[in-house]
Amino acid sequence: MLILIMDIISQLKKSGLKGRSGSGFPTGLKWETAESAKGKQKYVICNVSEGEPGVFKDGFILDNFPTEMVDGIKLALRALGGKSSAFIYLRKDYYKKFKGTLSKIIKKDPIHLFEKKGSYIAGEETSVISAIEGKKAEPRIRPPYPTEQGLFGFPTLVNNAETFYWASRIAAGGWRGERFYCLDGEVKNKGVFQLSEDYTVRKILQQSGNYPDFDFFVQAGGGACGEILLPHELDQKVKGIGSIIVFNRKKTNVLELMKKWAEFFVSENCDKCVPCREGTYRIVEILQKDEIDRELLEDVLFTMERSSFCPLGRIAVTPFRGVVSKLLDNGR
Amino acid sequence: MADKKISITINGKKIKGLIGRTVLETASEKGINIPALCFHPDLDIKANCRMCLVEIKGRRGLQTACSTQIEEGMEIITESAEIKKARKINLELIFAQHREECADCVWSFNCQLLKLAREYGVKITRFPDRKTGEPVYQFGPSLIFDSSKCIDCRNCVDVCKKQGIGFLEIDEKKPFFHIVPTKNPRKDCVYCGQCIVHCPAGAFEAVGEFEEIEEPLRDKKKTVVVQFAPSIRSSIGEEFNIPYGSVLTDKLASGIRKLGFDKVFDVCVGADVTTIEEAGELMERLKSGKNLPMFTSCCPAWVKFVEFYYPEFIPNLTTVRSPHIILGGLIKTFWAQKEHIDPKDIVVVSIMPCVSKKYEIRRKELSGRGGINPVDYVLTTRELAYLFSRHKVDLKNISPCKADAPLGVPSGAGVIYGATGGVMESALRTAYEKITGKALLKLEFKQVRGKEGIKKAVVKIGAKKVRVAVVNGLGNARLLLEEIKKNPKSYDYVEVMACFGGCIGGGGQPLPVDDKIRQKRAAGLYQIDSRKKVRLAHENPVIKELYRQFFSDKDNIHRICHTKYARKKKENKF
Repeated sequence: MLILIMDIISQLKKSGLKGRSGSGFPTGLKWETAESAKGKQKYVICNVSEGEPGVFKDGFILDNFPTEMVDGIKLALRALGGKSSAFIYLRKDYYKKFKGTLSKIIKKDPIHLFEKKGSYIAGEETSVISAIEGKKAEPRIRPPYPTEQGLFGFPTLVNNAETFYWASRIAAGGWRGERFYCLDGEVKNKGVFQLSEDYTVRKILQQSGNYPDFDFFVQAGGGACGEILLPHELDQKVKGIGSIIVFNRKKTNVLELMKKWAEFFVSENCDKCVPCREGTYRIVEILQKDEIDRELLEDVLFTMERSSFCPLGRIAVTPFRGVVSKLLDNGR
Repeated sequence: MADKKISITINGKKIKGLIGRTVLETASEKGINIPALCFHPDLDIKANCRMCLVEIKGRRGLQTACSTQIEEGMEIITESAEIKKARKINLELIFAQHREECADCVWSFNCQLLKLAREYGVKITRFPDRKTGEPVYQFGPSLIFDSSKCIDCRNCVDVCKKQGIGFLEIDEKKPFFHIVPTKNPRKDCVYCGQCIVHCPAGAFEAVGEFEEIEEPLRDKKKTVVVQFAPSIRSSIGEEFNIPYGSVLTDKLASGIRKLGFDKVFDVCVGADVTTIEEAGELMERLKSGKNLPMFTSCCPAWVKFVEFYYPEFIPNLTTVRSPHIILGGLIKTFWAQKEHIDPKDIVVVSIMPCVSKKYEIRRKELSGRGGINPVDYVLTTRELAYLFSRHKVDLKNISPCKADAPLGVPSGAGVIYGATGGVMESALRTAYEKITGKALLKLEFKQVRGKEGIKKAVVKIGAKKVRVAVVNGLGNARLLLEEIKKNPKSYDYVEVMACFGGCIGGGGQPLPVDDKIRQKRAAGLYQIDSRKKVRLAHENPVIKELYRQFFSDKDNIHRICHTKYARKKKENKF
């Protein structure tokens, strides 16, 4: 058994798999930390809270590979050893839709289904822990990290659904460095594509048959937090969550687009810290004016990026910066 | 375990700090100022306000000093252009959610927000106020919560929870969460006022604070008598830049007189009566073994806590009234007779460290003959200080004079009522001498003093071992009551004060307040006691005389000094 545990962890480390939640933390290292942490009880949490617009790959996994995903969780349970149990933290509609299927797959294993409450931020890993504990779903101060003191104070391994899926594939020797990409927006073939994680945005658009024949820009790495890329900037990998949304440059009102993102953040953030709670609200306000106060907008983005409590507030500035620097002055 | 020291640098200066401490704690110990709004040493770290931003070498972005523990070799920068800019913008964002009402704010002279605004060159109106029109709530006759001033730091929610009340909560509405009073029928405010002293933005205040404080002065036709509580004398100086813990009894009396009030009495004299009555009741209960442990009842927030949350413990509360209610009763009977004044023509104003006292004076059980209430107005320490400032009474430079005789001359035991453990200690001093018939050689009961949330001791009184517990903070009271439920015979006598540190940390006291400040205020009171000739309530000549004359009639004792309690329904429904 011990050999097996070392096996999966070293396999993960060797594979170079990185967390698929957007943070890109090395999975093997995370598992190893949780495994070596001391605790009478340990927890595994599979995060299927997917809440960003334009991102639907976890739903795709639930639909097509639920057994593999659950296998990944079981591997983690075994790797952590002792008295460990797991939660699958599911977005409301996923919970309703896949409760039955998952229960059948889980059978008698110590894996529990948990219906997500609250908003988008309830997907951040420490927020997930708080939510399962019955507390308000908002991020916690780190350290201590979840792998040291997580759910109910015990070492906890939190990974995204896709990460567990790939972990099980790695254990079975079937991973060739792919990841899932969500293609959305003004594309011919919307949907989830399984392609190499080393592919550039351009190559993904081409391979999925989605390369536009019109003037366009994309938002890559998340439908709210993702960065804005122009056609000449597509020779790079997708950061964050594997999503690419294509926009027709002529038809898109970028001010409206920015307002949509800002409104999403205002409604879906946790309201805990000043820069994110107040900042996102002020972005909406700034965008409602006839003329955008660039200095004010830049100040708000500055403090959100530098001083927000959790990664959400810090990365939420990305698309706004992109629009301002790349699209705003060149007509809409 | 010895505290281990590690080396760090702050702004290039080498500093030794204790392991386990945060950057904020370490910096402030060394006199390096880092602004912090949502930080309060009484509460868990939240890191919401994002003001205590610092740079730490090797870490990306800005870090919050309140939530970062120091590590060996850590290099910290507390001032840089980037830090300054982020703090400034965050302040502007905070001001935009805080409707300013600076002219009548509990923080008036001490507002951290305004101080920071000046320091950082903040334009406080850079964004339009987003909270205009947000609701104002009133909790009983004690508290006002103006949510349009709230900066969402959640200190009030946390302290309310720490008090074991949970009346204030977060309503998770979209797009903005709101701090609201609960709709839960099983939770109610007990008016401790800890929300006031933990709110950095002045969103909470006492009912009538600023607006109604002149009313007692307007009663020109009546004799207006002011009595001030034990804990005021070592705290009110803070409002006049006098060092923490300074004892100002005589300056206080002088200032009150200068405002134009007719008489100034000292609630500590009422406390001496409380002590004697309570010691007597304790002796009786110890003898009969009934309704033990006996609970103190000086703190109206604690009394309401029992009546609402733990009504099964109502018989355990002593029937003795709180000191200012007793003294108020005496003023309108004993003193009124002596002075030949119709009690209807007397107005009694109590200066209290407390907002729940505003609620206590309205308790129907306390009404005397002809529906006369013992006390007509309660002003907090802050309100009196405000009244002083308005009338240009400067406590710093006023010449002292004594409170009026006879109800202004207390024992040392009456004075220590203002600190946690004080009621217990005073009652034990008297009970000891009454039970054993011997003089108590060492008057101090140090085991019941100090800031610990729950203090337990066994006190030998003759052959008897009296098991006592002293509690401050209602969260701790809840823990103790649960313990008593499991083991009903674990204690004989229990003192509870709702506020941390007792009345010296009360909801009506000057701002700010923390452990260090509370300790200094308490030290001031113990210093008064230690220097008094008369340190036992029953040896106070004024009290002796009172019991010889007026209280020789048992009916007088009953109607002035005792009361009853009843199960309470929820009073604050929204």
